[in-house]
Amino acid sequence: METLNTSSATSPVVLEHDTDFEVRSENAMCVNYSKLDKPITSLLKYAVAGMVFGIVLVKAEVISWYRIQEMFRLQSFHMYGLIGSAVAVGMLSVWLIKKFNLKSIEGEPIKLEPKKFNKGQIFGGLLFGFGWALTGACPGPLFAQIGYGATVIIVTLLSAIAGTWVYGKLRPKLPH
Amino acid sequence: MEFLQKPWPWYIAGPLIGLTVPVLLLLGNKSFGISSSLRHVCAACMPSNIPFFKYDWKKEAWNLFFVGGIFIGGVIAGLFFHHSGPIQLNPRLTEELAGYGITQYEGLVPSQIFSWSQLLTPRGLIMMVLGGFLVGFGTRYAGGCTSGHAIMGLSNLQWPSLVATCCFMAGGFLMANLILPLILKL
Repeated sequence: METLNTSSATSPVVLEHDTDFEVRSENAMCVNYSKLDKPITSLLKYAVAGMVFGIVLVKAEVISWYRIQEMFRLQSFHMYGLIGSAVAVGMLSVWLIKKFNLKSIEGEPIKLEPKKFNKGQIFGGLLFGFGWALTGACPGPLFAQIGYGATVIIVTLLSAIAGTWVYGKLRPKLPH
Repeated sequence: MEFLQKPWPWYIAGPLIGLTVPVLLLLGNKSFGISSSLRHVCAACMPSNIPFFKYDWKKEAWNLFFVGGIFIGGVIAGLFFHHSGPIQLNPRLTEELAGYGITQYEGLVPSQIFSWSQLLTPRGLIMMVLGGFLVGFGTRYAGGCTSGHAIMGLSNLQWPSLVATCCFMAGGFLMANLILPLILKL
């Protein structure tokens, strides 16, 4: 990796061992490269899946700032029932996929990466919780809110991208 | 059509959201997760030689298609399945919000806080700009958001995801009940 000597002349060379793979696997979202060489149009199916997901987010009022406030004040069962039933369906389907060793429609075996514990899940989790209660949105709903017509949320989304970038920049200095 | 206009109950919407997990796995072995898209945007637009953003984001482009789809879903829901009229809320919440001058319950976000005209007020800056920053910073620090940890991680019985989910909720409770009241008074 030729990325080491931007600002880290004074710091030890710990980063050298921080290979791309390690960086990626610590953020377990980011490990599922497809080994297949598919044209970019093959990705359109994910846009369709996202569209259905977005419509559900709107219709279930998951993207409502008010519903999130109710959730964090224990004033409504709606969000708890929703997340709970989503997890139940998700668990059952992951169990079935593993049990029957299913493959994707592209023929690849379905592999799930385990998530490794680090302190980021605590510190980052709390910080995200603060942001969630302020904006009334996690990352998915930000996109749906903008689409639904709350154009000012573009600012919130850009700010979230900036937050992600600052995390990437500060990452070597943060406790993990 | 009437069903599509009205808000959907949790027992319809929750299982549909849960089905996203197997749909993405079966479509192409993709683990459900949304906040990664923000990282891919950083990697694509301003990697700035930061190791965390130096990877081939094009191989993760499915994630960007997915969030693009969420945006389009929002547009479609707004155009065709629009629910007009105020949202039905717990009266304790409306009473509290009225104390801060928030009296409109139309739409999905309170226009008295989240609007272009409010953006540069102290309240608007904290809630939109700082709030967004915390969402982006916190989710990446935690390695996932509600979708990646609370739904995908728990579905796969990952205990670090349970820790993360509990911290999301703890942070939200602290903010909504202790800190947000002070911000809303601004």
